Amino acid sequence: MAVVFQKTKGLTDTPFHYCPGCTHGIVHRLVAEVMEELGVLDKAIGVAPVGCAVFAYEYFNCDMQEAAHGRAPAVATGIKRVHPDKIVFTYQGDGDLAAIGTAETVHAAARGENITVIFINNAIYGMTGGQMAPTSLIGQETLTTPYGRKPENNGYPIKMCEMLSTLEGASYIERVSVYDVKHVLNAKKAIKNAFTAQINKKGFSMIEVLSSCPTNWGMSPNEALKWIKDKMEPYYPLGVYKNTLEEVKQNG
Amino acid sequence: MAKVLMKGNEALAEAAIQAGCRHYFGYPITPQNEVTAYMAKRMPEVGGVFLQAESEVSAINMVYGAGGAGARVLITSSSPGISLMQEGISYIAGAEVPCVIANIMRGGPGLGGIQPSQSDYFQATKGGGHGDYKLIVLAPSTIQEMAELVQQAFHIADKYRNPVMILGDGMLGQMMEPVDFDILKKEENKIEEKPWATTGMGTRSKRNIINSLELDPQVLEKHNIEIFKKYQKAAKEEVRYEMTDCEEAEIILVAYGTIARVAKNAIELAKRENIKVGLIRPISLWPFPEEPFKKTRDHVKAYLTIEMSMGQMVEDVKLAVNGQKEVHFYGRVGGMVPEPMAILEEIKKIRGKK
Repeated sequence: MAVVFQKTKGLTDTPFHYCPGCTHGIVHRLVAEVMEELGVLDKAIGVAPVGCAVFAYEYFNCDMQEAAHGRAPAVATGIKRVHPDKIVFTYQGDGDLAAIGTAETVHAAARGENITVIFINNAIYGMTGGQMAPTSLIGQETLTTPYGRKPENNGYPIKMCEMLSTLEGASYIERVSVYDVKHVLNAKKAIKNAFTAQINKKGFSMIEVLSSCPTNWGMSPNEALKWIKDKMEPYYPLGVYKNTLEEVKQNG
Repeated sequence: MAKVLMKGNEALAEAAIQAGCRHYFGYPITPQNEVTAYMAKRMPEVGGVFLQAESEVSAINMVYGAGGAGARVLITSSSPGISLMQEGISYIAGAEVPCVIANIMRGGPGLGGIQPSQSDYFQATKGGGHGDYKLIVLAPSTIQEMAELVQQAFHIADKYRNPVMILGDGMLGQMMEPVDFDILKKEENKIEEKPWATTGMGTRSKRNIINSLELDPQVLEKHNIEIFKKYQKAAKEEVRYEMTDCEEAEIILVAYGTIARVAKNAIELAKRENIKVGLIRPISLWPFPEEPFKKTRDHVKAYLTIEMSMGQMVEDVKLAVNGQKEVHFYGRVGGMVPEPMAILEEIKKIRGKK
């Protein structure tokens, strides 16, 4: 019998702990498939965050280090400086990357640290039960903004791709989403470009993935996917924000 | 290479390089800036990495990454910077990653000052970060000893897969003395294989994970117990101290680092007045040497602990003496240094007591 589909070698057999309808699982698989397709699994070293993806080290089928909250880009820097020819990536949520770890993120990008960052933006703190994230939308109700996020009290959501793309050290920055098949396929292409940038020693690469959190948004999985499209995407426009990869430019 | 005249901070850096350290992450802070300057110049010469991080918080996490990836790695700072690193140090100890951390102490609390101090003794020996863990803490009193202990520190860190701290003060970092690097133990510079490190799997079938998270309380308790088995071994094998003139001493001074040298001057002053004074100098602050107290507490009248703090190591001295003799304390703080004459006065006060 012909094999039409099989699990990527980039993931272990450990079942995901994620909630039903959460898009972490999709993004994990995309990252794992990309690493397998690029043939880098045997030389990949991943850094897991603190947040919902804290157990990423159980899932990615490669060497892993677990970082303190927000420090993944610093940990990845240390690893990459020891093994410059290995493939080093972090997988971080919005609280980890854009609140407590903003300094580590910005300076890893500014140094042009040759690592790849996978950034899950679901506009909320998932693991701790649904608090406001630095990327929560204006008006969004969370545990810590029960009357909706108000600019006068909580300021404005941070657009990381726009911010980081101003830095010389950034080589490839793209924002994608995974709310339908077309966007999932495009997200995979973007992740591949980011890892390719690292393989070609271009410097810091980051893919921001607009993701859903049905549990803490209080929605069904389908409603949550629709919310990404209708509410998040207008504020966080999808697209390539920085690209120093010649081959990708040529391919359009 | 014959003796060279070097600052303590420079000797610390050079000794690390000679011990096979090729990765240094740091952030500027007085009074340890000579380490970063030296490393910035020297690391490229030996094919190593010097990286100035955006903060001490980031630097210690780079150390966690690099140490976990198998490198001999050094980080240095001074008191406020070491406070910022405490989270990272806890993770490094929890994940059993070896590294060497040097604290060239300055006066506190808060921003404090930039003059020498020993007021981070508690932070270094009792924890500092969260959770049950220990650092092996070594305190040099000369620049030659600084070089020797830095080399030993890398060896000890690898042996126990645990962070080792060099605890010096600003005086030791800033002053110049001759150092002979030739007499350092070269066999300790041999770096053993680290089959647990995150190097990329290559042909290895098992993944290597560097981690301190464990949600199952039974497993986490077991992990803590395993870590403490290492500490029990270290408490037996890594005790270091020096005893001077203790055999017939009436009063024994207890001091570490630079202050032990001041204490030796006080002993000379006391000799001129026919007062027999000895010195116990702990070199390993953790594990704290208890043996010299067991050896002396029967014949001595009292102990006098001298520190550049409000009284920190004196608590360990009291534990070691275990109530069998009086333990006194004399300290200066904020960058002020105890002087030999003042120590002699304290000795006389204790002798005068019935």
